[in-house]
Amino acid sequence: MPKKYQIQTKAAPPKFYPVGKYATIEFREDCAGSCKECVKKNCVYDIFKDNYLHMSQMDEPEYLYACNSCFRCIQECTKGIFSRVVNPEYREIGDEYWTPDILGRTWYQAHTGSIPVSGAGYRGPFVGKGFDSMWTDMSEIVRPTRDGIHGREYINTCIELSRRPERLAFNEDGSLAIDIKPILEIPLPILFQHPDFGILSKNVLVSMLRAAQTLGTKMLINASDVYEDLMPFGPFIIPLVKKDNFQNYPKLLTHVEMVEIEYEPGIEKIFGALKAMNENLVISVGLELKADLDYAKTCVELSKTDIDTIHVYANSNGREFESDNPRFIKDMLRDIHLALIDAGKRQQLNIIASGGICMAEHVNKAIICGADGVTIDLPLLIAMECRLCDRCKNGLSCPVELEAIDPAYGSNRITNLMGAWRNQILEMLGAMGLREARRLRGEVGRSMWFEDLEKESFAPIFGERKISIDVG
Amino acid sequence: MNQIKHQVKHQLPETKVTPSRFRNTIGKYIIKRNSKCVSCGKCAEICPFGVHIMPDNHASPLRPVEHKCIGFDCKKTDHYCIEHCPEDALVLKDNPLLDTMGDYRWPSEMLLGHFAMAETGDAPHVDLEYNLGNSGGGFDKIRFVEPNPDLAIEISDEDIDTSIDLNKTGDDRPQKTISIPCYGGGMSYGSTALSVIIGRARAAKRLNSLTCTGEGGYPRQFLPYKEHVITQVATGLFGVREETIQHCPIMEFKYAQGAKPGLGGHLLGEKVTEAVAKMRETVVGSSLFSPFPFHSVYSVEDHKKHVDWMKEINHNVLCSIKVSTPTDVDMVAVGVYYAGGHIIHIDGSYGGTGAAPDIAKKNIAMPIEYAIPKVHRFLVEEGARDKICLIASGGIRNALDVAKAIALGADGCVIGTADLVAVECVRCGNCESGRGCARGIATTDPELGNMIDEAYVEQRLVNMYMAWRKQWCDILRTYGLKSIKELRGRSDLLVHLDYLDESDRKKYQPAPEYKMVL
Repeated sequence: MPKKYQIQTKAAPPKFYPVGKYATIEFREDCAGSCKECVKKNCVYDIFKDNYLHMSQMDEPEYLYACNSCFRCIQECTKGIFSRVVNPEYREIGDEYWTPDILGRTWYQAHTGSIPVSGAGYRGPFVGKGFDSMWTDMSEIVRPTRDGIHGREYINTCIELSRRPERLAFNEDGSLAIDIKPILEIPLPILFQHPDFGILSKNVLVSMLRAAQTLGTKMLINASDVYEDLMPFGPFIIPLVKKDNFQNYPKLLTHVEMVEIEYEPGIEKIFGALKAMNENLVISVGLELKADLDYAKTCVELSKTDIDTIHVYANSNGREFESDNPRFIKDMLRDIHLALIDAGKRQQLNIIASGGICMAEHVNKAIICGADGVTIDLPLLIAMECRLCDRCKNGLSCPVELEAIDPAYGSNRITNLMGAWRNQILEMLGAMGLREARRLRGEVGRSMWFEDLEKESFAPIFGERKISIDVG
Repeated sequence: MNQIKHQVKHQLPETKVTPSRFRNTIGKYIIKRNSKCVSCGKCAEICPFGVHIMPDNHASPLRPVEHKCIGFDCKKTDHYCIEHCPEDALVLKDNPLLDTMGDYRWPSEMLLGHFAMAETGDAPHVDLEYNLGNSGGGFDKIRFVEPNPDLAIEISDEDIDTSIDLNKTGDDRPQKTISIPCYGGGMSYGSTALSVIIGRARAAKRLNSLTCTGEGGYPRQFLPYKEHVITQVATGLFGVREETIQHCPIMEFKYAQGAKPGLGGHLLGEKVTEAVAKMRETVVGSSLFSPFPFHSVYSVEDHKKHVDWMKEINHNVLCSIKVSTPTDVDMVAVGVYYAGGHIIHIDGSYGGTGAAPDIAKKNIAMPIEYAIPKVHRFLVEEGARDKICLIASGGIRNALDVAKAIALGADGCVIGTADLVAVECVRCGNCESGRGCARGIATTDPELGNMIDEAYVEQRLVNMYMAWRKQWCDILRTYGLKSIKELRGRSDLLVHLDYLDESDRKKYQPAPEYKMVL
């Protein structure tokens, strides 16, 4: 039996006090000042421990990262002077898509390596846009046994990046009659991507690459950014090149297993030249999903060449580029996946999706929509305590001094995040009764979509829907 | 009629004011008294709600009881303390704390409304929205149709029948009728404090309803209430013995739980204390992850063997089968019927739990609002609907949700979270680890577990359900129904805001829609 893939995690506490969701408010005029019964001393979670010993010097307000919202301090303060508000700074971090909650959860996972588990039921909206308008299915009784996360049943999360032959052919003596190239696979359906903004110092890149090395995955980096110092990470690098510059990197392209070349019309003419530089090079074509591009058709055209993978890019919120009414990546992936099936090419090559992947559930949902795997960029930065505060975009200093991060610490945090994500991927696969991430690809039968459920359950009762909720 | 009247009246337990366990209650408004106060006592004199209290032997008034204050609506009355205070010593504000409390499914006002119902046994007198959440879909967008005044009947609460029958099969097993269309969901010994689960059983006895052991064994303290306690058989089989099956009127096979469909039960190691470990026959401090699924059930035939086994051990027991809501939940329900189950219990994906991965709560299986009509319709088409009891749970938060679920096709509902909210759970979600619930509800910690006593739990639950019952009676009266059984499947009495023309939509209360910081 092959060795079971596992991600070893190790707690890596934050180096900078994270932005907490809450802040205290105290109506101090009634406070006894050094009340022996001060609720801060009695906190079940001891979150005020750095503060209550020096009551006279207590900071106010206090920003509470670890507050668990039990409300006991508020309800038990003998003077009733203690209360709490949402920390205004917490409201400001991230944006509409990369919400403060997502940042907080990512920090937690990068810190602990554990999956977020909690009591009480789901707390969010009934349905949302994008990935939040679909649910995954589960199998009640008749199903393969599972239990991946607890080690009782192995669930395989490998995906391939190399092309598969359409069919095998054999000679009369039973030997293979076709040329089978080496299989390039990674043990989890997640690749790393060089972020397009942020503090991208050498330490930051090394942190990411070390994590990729530990995990056995790969990272996409602009070929021009692959300095000599990064060459030891060669097998874990996928250099990004263009039609007019790939020839500048002959050494790099012989050191790596895979390359990605940016799509432009006529790009197929240079695949031969790439192969000439390294005959085993796995080739991916990077395609931006722009509104004026018929991307499904373009992918079908590309599939007729001998490339291995198509890497489709949406923007960081998972939306189409250059559109007034941008579509979401889940719908774009469905189109591409189905077009490749119609063309009879889907089994031969792989689709990698970028953009809008910020939680573990998005990995599985993107795969259900038709991707083989995904890439992530911002979660790598967030794992290293980035707050998406955009200060770096304006040339200001980084509040968590990302530029000087210790690569051992940075890679530890990223590895923890991926360990937590993989366990969540396993939980969902297990609930679906699947034992391989590859089996999930395009498997919409294991999902339920808002529009379909409304039609099936509510239309017979309520008739025709008059307000369409934008869940695209 | 007289007989029914007598019977129903007999079953209604008495409500009794049962105040909060905490020194400072949380109100929609805050009212502060500053140092200008001269303790004249005017505020205490005029406030009819008991916000201001000045006992005879006190020199100054007590701190305002903020949760009783009706806020700015009071301006229209002649007892608005802010204006009557001769020293301008009182300040009234919206409570900013509410921004940090609650969530889309259980907004702060729904929590506070349920605290008030559990305290008094009546609807809250403060303007709290406790019937609708802010989730923007499902129950929060479904309304009862604008009533035809000709249909309304004048009938007292006592004369309205809110009972449901759980055995519809016509087999030779006993009928089990519960007086309210709800019973308590499984909460295990281990996940929840003993005083809470026993308090629930005491309340179930007084309400003539049921509670459920969950997957944590059968503490002997349940025995005085055993006619009202369901024994759950879940995949870990903790505490399942012949005797615990013989005790119970109903046995529940838990195949899956809405909050974590496809995953087994989770009890993290820190909550496995010596007593819990003894009950479950496991090791102290060792996390208990129940397997999924039942490793002895891989087909409907296997399932039938389970049901037959239960029936053989206890010839009077009714069998409930609890499943989650996958896409083929209707087929599963029919399978349950043909295998001889009395109750099919479907648990939707937004249901509660003592511990579950967040990814499962949000993403796996369908919300209960979709599953109820799907299953109801399929059972009708199969000719099986009147021979099996359909119970819904998972995201059913309040009396209106229960009524909507019944109108969508369920016979009744199972309630979990609301029971805990009645005993002042704030849904902070920290039930799962460490010492467990800081408020003493979902914990086995020796210190925290003593924060709450059985009598308090019992009375708060009785109060809440009696307040709910008043709401159900109002709905039934409005539509000319005398029994909640007549409401079942009456989806013609429901509308969904998104399916109405704009002019019709304006007739109904809009769905709350405000941004929250989660």
